[in-house]
Amino acid sequence: MDAIRTYALTKYYGKTRGVENIDLTVGQGDYFGFIGPNGAGKSTTIRMLLGLIRPSGGRGEILGLDMEKDCERILERVGYLPAETAFWPGMRVGDVLRLSAGLRGRDCGTAARRLCERLQLDTGRRVDELSLGGRKKTAIVCALQHEPELLIMDEPTSGLDPLMQREFFAILRERNQAGTTIFLSSHVLSEIQRNCAHTAIIRAGSLIASGSVEALVRTGAKRVRVCGRVDHAALEGVRDLRVWAEGAEFLYSGDMQALLAVLARGEVRDLTVSEPDLEEVFMHCYRDGGEGR
Amino acid sequence: MILFRHELRQGRAAFWIWTAALALLMDACVFLFPGMKGQMAAAGRLFGSMGGFTAAFGMDRLNVGTLIGFYCVECGSILGLGGAFFACHAGVSALAKEERDKTAEFLLTHPLPRARIVTGKLAAVLIQIAGMNLIVLCLAVLSVGLIGEKIPFRQLLLMHGACCLLQVELACACAGISAFLRRGGAGIGMGLAAVMYLLNLIANLTDRAAFLKYISPFGYCEGADILTGVPLGGRIAAGMLLACMGVAGAYWRYGKKDIR
Repeated sequence: MDAIRTYALTKYYGKTRGVENIDLTVGQGDYFGFIGPNGAGKSTTIRMLLGLIRPSGGRGEILGLDMEKDCERILERVGYLPAETAFWPGMRVGDVLRLSAGLRGRDCGTAARRLCERLQLDTGRRVDELSLGGRKKTAIVCALQHEPELLIMDEPTSGLDPLMQREFFAILRERNQAGTTIFLSSHVLSEIQRNCAHTAIIRAGSLIASGSVEALVRTGAKRVRVCGRVDHAALEGVRDLRVWAEGAEFLYSGDMQALLAVLARGEVRDLTVSEPDLEEVFMHCYRDGGEGR
Repeated sequence: MILFRHELRQGRAAFWIWTAALALLMDACVFLFPGMKGQMAAAGRLFGSMGGFTAAFGMDRLNVGTLIGFYCVECGSILGLGGAFFACHAGVSALAKEERDKTAEFLLTHPLPRARIVTGKLAAVLIQIAGMNLIVLCLAVLSVGLIGEKIPFRQLLLMHGACCLLQVELACACAGISAFLRRGGAGIGMGLAAVMYLLNLIANLTDRAAFLKYISPFGYCEGADILTGVPLGGRIAAGMLLACMGVAGAYWRYGKKDIR
């Protein structure tokens, strides 16, 4: 059984496209990154998974349950961290945490206290006096305190300082090791690359790539940076070329022997050959429409 | 139950402000009555000669020289209109405020059926209306007692009961409207209360517009009608039908609404 499985999930807002034919598979216990820029359809997909909006077409299953028919049973087992966190004015952090637990019919006091300690969250503060980071931390505790089987997070680190981000990801790692499935939507690619095992890239409402982060990064292309004079025009498979007075940098997906021959003929003072990072894969997908993935 | 309590807590500031304002204004009117009692006979004759104006406010059938006549004209207007504004405000913001304040995402990602959310919110609005009317009535009775007048329990209960029904009707209708809104609808709520009030004034001015009494809930809150025993069952039934339509609309629309 997969944690999330969607079949041609589609959403139109009137005539405006939200997402089209999203086929997403997230295995149980996976740490899954969902990448795309603003407006690509990440939040629309998440909102459909959570039953906030109804799909125009397609269907989905969460933890083996029908996304539309079993919405309440799904939400009992899911924790959600929204991108924008808003609470009712006048409430204190402790009130919000108790309200969230109460709406789930649970007493999460112990787990909430532990999380608040780790995130240095003062439960006596009023939510309308909190900074963006403080509100985010409150929402994180709400999402985690009932120890859900599936965590869905939309831009989770916005507003968190680097130390808190580290603690937050440490908590997620522990939860993931304990069996929790994590679905993390973000446009901070380094976050996905560092933490996630699998990922999917969404572009203009459609999935354009998905797979393990390792496999996506290992595309066969190498980033080559040369200091010196090299006849790169003689090479096939060069893209994203940047040339400056001292040398050049490019992504190379052609024959390695041909590259070595060209380098040997040139005057090379320094050479770096590395794997492209997820950001480059992402940018490549966005520029070229992701063909071939 | 937890959502119901949460809604009551969220609405308590508005509840106490409206309750205090209405009670204060009404009790102030009651305390003015002994000083004005002597002048009210002349005032009644003056109002009686004002034709349409007198009819519009039902003063052609009320003796403002008596406590209950004075109470129906002055306090009835305050409670009718003020209560209607409060009920419309509470009803129209019940569901829409979550999207306006961006709290819908938090609330609706908890395992609660949307129907239960509507029930909790409606129940909180109705309890606030009942609470406000009870407090205002108790203070009105107390103030009438304090000025040394005989307390007309039956008439007061009938008038306050009618005003309470008016508020229930408007709150339910506004809750139905609220389910269709994405932003707060305070203007729509207040506008609805004002339009309903005007419809009743028009109905009082001409017999040709008498059917408006079945549309406006103010049609069954008229002190003159209540005190003179005009049959109001039909108007109340029409009003409760509108309230039921509002409630049904709220459940139907909110149950399948996209939360953006």
